[in-house]
Amino acid sequence: MVERTYENDIKVYVSVDVRFDEGGNIRPLRIIWEDGRTFEIQRVLDVRRAASLKAGGSGIRFKCQINSKETYLFYEQPRWFVERIK
Amino acid sequence: MQRIILHADFNAFYASVECLHRVEIRDKPVAVAGDPDKRHGIILTKNQYAKSFGIKTGEAIWQAKQKAPGLIVVPPNYPLYLKFARMGREIYARYSSQIEPFGLDEAWIDISSAGRNMAEGEAIAQEIRERVRDELGITVSVGVSFNKVFAKLGSDLKKPDAVTVITGSDYKDKIWPLPAGELLYVGRSTNVKLRRYGMQTIGDIANARPELLKCILGKWGLVLHDFANGLDDSPVAVMDCDPPVKSIGNSCTTPRDMCSDEDVKLMFYVLSESVAARLREGGFLCKTVQIGLRDSELYSFERQCKLRRATDISSEIAGAAFALFSQNYSWRRPLRSIGVRAADLTPYGSPVQLTLTEDESKREKKEKLERAIDDIRQRFGHFAIERAIMLKDSAMGSINPKEEHVIHPVGFF
Repeated sequence: MVERTYENDIKVYVSVDVRFDEGGNIRPLRIIWEDGRTFEIQRVLDVRRAASLKAGGSGIRFKCQINSKETYLFYEQPRWFVERIK
Repeated sequence: MQRIILHADFNAFYASVECLHRVEIRDKPVAVAGDPDKRHGIILTKNQYAKSFGIKTGEAIWQAKQKAPGLIVVPPNYPLYLKFARMGREIYARYSSQIEPFGLDEAWIDISSAGRNMAEGEAIAQEIRERVRDELGITVSVGVSFNKVFAKLGSDLKKPDAVTVITGSDYKDKIWPLPAGELLYVGRSTNVKLRRYGMQTIGDIANARPELLKCILGKWGLVLHDFANGLDDSPVAVMDCDPPVKSIGNSCTTPRDMCSDEDVKLMFYVLSESVAARLREGGFLCKTVQIGLRDSELYSFERQCKLRRATDISSEIAGAAFALFSQNYSWRRPLRSIGVRAADLTPYGSPVQLTLTEDESKREKKEKLERAIDDIRQRFGHFAIERAIMLKDSAMGSINPKEEHVIHPVGFF
């Protein structure tokens, strides 16, 4: 049986460039937005497992600094998503 | 050392996972239900809002919709629930390696350690509750007690997102007034028997004379007496330490009623292929085949027979099942559901007594053939290779019991 996935306006699945370090840790480097724009992740401020009630989902949550602003990036395994700001 | 046992129970599990993922239905009455086209159209879980309309698990979708006209019915997404069940167990595993799942949404966790008291147990339960809420986005009710039975009762007392502690000094106040039916293993018929003797509450069972309970319920009466008095000392199993498998079975409510031998034969092949593949996966042979049937009036019965030779070959299992069926059913009514179970298991490779009358090389070939089919299916999917009989009925032939098999709670013992 294949897992059904759910889409909504707030949950935006994105492409992410990721580096695996020698310890196997994951560090997202940049997000490629749905329109093709690329956003560099300047820093990862926090990593933890968390639910996103806004977008509806749960995964490993990276608190990222992008253009000096803080954004959550979720690794839902195997996909990545961000919460759209409305 | 006093034991400290938690029982964690995800609240309205399937519905909560659906509501987490589907923002738009969160504030509406929601029920997860099987597919009515496949005749699995009963309510599996409902959220709190739907519950307030009096919707019950197990009732038909149309009944539920009569109670709550705006009810949103969603199909189950088992792979996602399995993922959440696993993530839940990962949280529990931070506190103990003694975790015993009971179905997908419940688990016992033994967090006893030298010098730890109930208050610390409660603190850990609160931590688990918060973690589940923050990390998974669903809620859990946790019961904390000194045995498994009371911990389970505790997790039912306060819902959702709550912790209930039951100690050696307050169980008489908290547990004994509860209706007898709440106690593990007091089902409908046991409850009727107990009522006949004026036993309505768990306290009544606790205070009854053990001899009387034994007289009414046999040795189970004594077990219930222990349960009610907090004397259950069954251990919490260690995770990844699977209990020994006693039997392997699959059953199915078919998309339409079966009304001929042909239909039944097809289904026996569907089910036996799954059972045989699971036997091979586990390295077992079976010596007994059981069948279970339920007719369109929901009357059900089981029959079983011994095999001459232990086997993991699907055609032998299906053949035995069909022979049993032919001897025991005369088509009084069409059949609604059907099951095949392999029991009396022995390890693959145990010495066997060969017979002179059977061609052993033929049998070996059959076995090799089935292993080759397993291999093809593993690489290219279940429907990459099929028996021709499956093409006779597209709806029934397209059932894949092996992968659609969902784990339900097994017995407590």
